[in-house]
Order: sequence, then structure tokens, then C-alpha cells
Amino acid sequence: MQETNSGGAASLVPYGPLSVSDRLAKKVLRNFKERVIELLLLGAAFVSVLTTVGIIWVLVSESVNFFDNVPIWSFLTDTMWTPLFAEPRYGILPLLAGTLTTSAVALVVAIPLGTTIAIYLSEFARPAVREVVKPFLELLGGIPTIVYGYFALMVVIPLLQLLMPELSGFNMLGAGIVMGIAIIPYVSSLAEDAMRAVPMSMREGSYAMGATRLQTAFRVVFPAALSGILSAYILGISRAVGETMIVAVAAGMQPNFTVNPLEPAQTISAYIVQVALGDLPHGSIGYQSIFAAGLSLMLMTLALNLVGHVVRRRYREAY
Amino acid sequence: MVSVATMRMSEQAAAGVALQTGVASGEARDPNSPDTAVRNGNAVPVKASVENFSFYYGDFKALKSISMPVHEKRVTALIGPSGCGKSTLLRTFNRMHDLYPGNRYEGTIRLHPDNTNLLDPAVDPIEVRMRIGMVFQKPNPFPKSIYENVAYGLRIRGERNRSVIDDRVREALRGAALWSEVEHRLHDPATALSGGQQQRLCIARCLATQPEVLLFDEPTSALDPIATASIEELIHELRDKVTILIVTHNMQQAARVSDYTAYMYLGELMEFGETNQIFVNPKRKETEDYITGRFG
Repeated sequence: MQETNSGGAASLVPYGPLSVSDRLAKKVLRNFKERVIELLLLGAAFVSVLTTVGIIWVLVSESVNFFDNVPIWSFLTDTMWTPLFAEPRYGILPLLAGTLTTSAVALVVAIPLGTTIAIYLSEFARPAVREVVKPFLELLGGIPTIVYGYFALMVVIPLLQLLMPELSGFNMLGAGIVMGIAIIPYVSSLAEDAMRAVPMSMREGSYAMGATRLQTAFRVVFPAALSGILSAYILGISRAVGETMIVAVAAGMQPNFTVNPLEPAQTISAYIVQVALGDLPHGSIGYQSIFAAGLSLMLMTLALNLVGHVVRRRYREAY
Repeated sequence: MVSVATMRMSEQAAAGVALQTGVASGEARDPNSPDTAVRNGNAVPVKASVENFSFYYGDFKALKSISMPVHEKRVTALIGPSGCGKSTLLRTFNRMHDLYPGNRYEGTIRLHPDNTNLLDPAVDPIEVRMRIGMVFQKPNPFPKSIYENVAYGLRIRGERNRSVIDDRVREALRGAALWSEVEHRLHDPATALSGGQQQRLCIARCLATQPEVLLFDEPTSALDPIATASIEELIHELRDKVTILIVTHNMQQAARVSDYTAYMYLGELMEFGETNQIFVNPKRKETEDYITGRFG
């Protein structure tokens, strides 16, 4: 008993020769380092938050100036967008019609093709085939959109003119088709990821029932991956709505209140490009109109993202 | 009374196992008993016979020259330690291995009465799977309603008549002891069911197409004891209607549900016989060691 008592506090510490205060000091240092690293990580996360907040602030504050001069009601209902005229009119509808028409054409191309590619790559392609096709798809996604724009103007529209001789040199159909091709990689790769995430046990269950590959792909894997596939579509729509260079180059630059894809028209994003090129003096109402247009565009993509969120939750399958 | 078919392993493998289990090799082996002999009982007809069956994953020989009968409208359990090849053998019966590249079959599995060799490359695996249903380790209902899950097999077979499908779905759900629980919510998603209910739904899914053989791959390993008991009871009831093969890790389960038991070890069939005989009076020391829990 005496022996153990005289051993002192140090001998009770089972590890290391450090005294209690030494170990406390180490702990303080360690906590400090942890705090610093945590703050750095938080800062990195805040870069994106602050950027978003900054953009919204600029858009809203500049739009407020614009709406001081142009009533919001006429902005939303006027069917003319003529900022360069002596008597300028600012109705967003023609730009909105252009944006929605080109996006619709793009989706008619991208959704069926993107889905087909995804089903093929996920359920049918042999690994060797997939290894060839996937890099090409990624390459397609990496081509700058300005290149697509000239591809539309120099190749696709002339081809369309062979079919429809009276088609104008700029039109929403050609721009929309090429825009559809440009977003195929986004749709197909996300949809493919969603289908590959369906567990093998689900496919085995279907095969064990005597199903063919086609039946398994369409009746089991596709519905199981539906939530991911729908979010792929919504991402595709967001990209189509915000897409700029292809439509700026190939769809024409006249605001035109029409949903006929055979006609030329301007989209919201293309209008912003036009003003940014310097057609309108800095500080004028016309210049400020790009912020109102930009705000409309942002609200549209925000709405799409919200729809996407709801869809993902609604169709999520627990497997 | 049913006579018992007993399998013996080859010389070389006997030495290997003996080394592992510390038993001297060469004893208790009947040199006159050929590997392929299937001395099945006269009273119980054989639904399928495995003859000299070997299986390869690439270069790895996972199953070595297995021969055993599967008796009609009886439950046959495959037991053995992890990696012994019991699931591999089970998944051969519906050609699941065809889904993955690099797998190879040798030998035959004949399905009676038509004597079709299930492993014949000329036999369409889809035809095989139409005759042999399978219930998996983890319940895997499809992302559809309860009704559509059970109707799946009928739909892929091209059945369009609504009243026929309705009848078969009801019958299958009754057969799987699930009807009373889901009767009023047939169009709810199947994923809303509990684990045990999902597994019974998977059984109903198979029953709807009236398979000749049902394969169970550790059907209760993901379930709680109450759900396990209900599945075991169900297997007991199904025994009169369909031939059942079940892989299980749980020896009590094998003893409870099966009529015949095959003990496998390292890709070989060590012993096959009536469950009573295997559990009460195993012929081989290795079987006894495994069953009494001394190893595995």
C-alpha cells in the first residue's frame, strides 16, 4: 500500500512521460488547429453562398431602377420588346416566347435521344462498347457552345433549308436542334447514373421471373430510376433555358413574339449578349433592362430547380 | 420408407478436407460407391437430378463434380459454411450465372419429367426461369404496386386478360399468406410493406406463374425472428404444391423445414440424405462436426 502511494501521480498515468499540464497544452493547440481548419472549410463553402447572394443583390437593385421607369405590369404583358426604338417598349413576352420555343425544340431532341442512350449504355452495351461511346459523349459535352452555334448556322440550318427552301437563314428550329444535341450528354450521363444505381438484386429479381433484357430495362430498371431520370430532364431544361451562344448565333437577334420554330427570334440570354456587346449606352434604361431580363431568367431556373427537387422526392424509390 | 442416397467425395478431396478438419483420410469411404450414382427412393419421384456438375467462375472451380437428386414436392436444404458453393449451386438451377461473363457449367442438371438438361446451351435460360422461380436473400420487390409485383410474371408472359390476372394475383397472395394483410391496399407501393411482408410478396410473385421448382436463397437472413417463423411456416405449406430447394446458414432452419439435406464444403457435396438421418446420425465425421457447431 505504501509502495503504491509513494509512486506518485506520474506512475498512475499509463502512457507517455508527459505531465498533465503538458498534455493539456497539446490539447489546446490541437483544438486551435481544428478550429482554424474548420473555419477555412466554412469559408470555402461560403464562397458559393456569397456569390449567389451578390448576384441576386445586383440583379434586384438594378432591376428596381428599371422598374421605376417601366411599370412591372407592362414588362410582363407588353408584346413588344423594342429598346432601340425612339419610342422604346419593354415587354418580356417576345423574349420569353423565344426562350421557351428554342428550349422546347432542344428537349424534343435531347430527352428521347438522351434517354435511349442512357438505357443502352446502362442495360445493353457491352463494356467494350461503353468504353468507346462514353468518351465521345463527354467530348460532345465539352465542345464550346459558340462552336455549336456556328455548326447550327453553317451546317444544320442549310440542311434544313434543303427540306424547307423558304426557311430563313436564322431560325429557332436549327438553333433548338443543335442546342438539343449539346445537352444530350448531360441528360444521358445523369440518366445512366440513375439507372446504374439500381441494385443488381432488382434486375436479378426480374430475370429470375423469366423476363428478357428489354422487359427488365423498361419495366423494372427505368421505373426504379425514375426520380434520377426526371432530375436529369430538369437539368437539361435548365441548361436549355439558360443556353446563350447557340441561340445568339443561330436563332436571329430580332425579338419576335412567336412560338413558331421556323421563324427567327431572340431569347432572353441572347438579348443580354446583344446589350453586353455595346448596342446601348451604359446607365440607360435599355441597359438596365438586361438586369430585369436576367432576373426573369434566374427566377425561371430557380423555379425549375424547385420542381426538380419536388420530383426527386416524389419519385424516390427506396431499394 | 424412403431409402437414402448418400454421396461420397473423391479421394483427393477427401485428403484435403481431412487435413482441414484433422481427421485421418481414407476411413469410412466406400470404394464401390461411384460419384454419379443417384440411388433415389422409389416412393418419392425425382424432380431434378444433378449429375457430375462442376462450375467455374473464370478459372476458379467453385463446384466439384456434384451429383444429387431433388425430390418432387419435398424441401431440400443446402447447408454448409460460407463459401462452400451452396448459393452457387442454387443459382445454377435458374441459370442466373448466365447474367455474368466468365462463368462456365460442366455436367448436367436434368429436370423431370421431360428430362430437359437445364445447362444445355441450346436451352433458353428464359424458358428455364419460366419453370423455376427464385426468392432472394434480401427481399427485392419491384418499384411497383403490390398488385403489379405479383402480376409481373403474368404480364411478361403476355397475359392480358384482366380477370385472369386478378384471379391469379389473389390466389398467389393467398398462397403466400399475405392476402388478408394487403387485400385493401393492393395498389399501394410494395416498398411500403415490412421486410417480412416484402419477402412473402416475392414468394407470391413466384407463385403467380405456378413454377415447378422454387429456389430460396437464404430467404430469412434479412428478417427478424417473427417474420422468419412466418416464412418457414409458408415453406412448410408450399411443400405440398411445389418442389423446394433452400439454401440456409441456419441449421435449425434446415432441420425444421427440410425433408432432405445436402451438406457442402469447399465446393463439394459431402453428404446427402434425409434430414433426420443427416442431423441425427450423419455418416461422415465432417458433417457431424458442422452440424454440432464444432466448426463452420
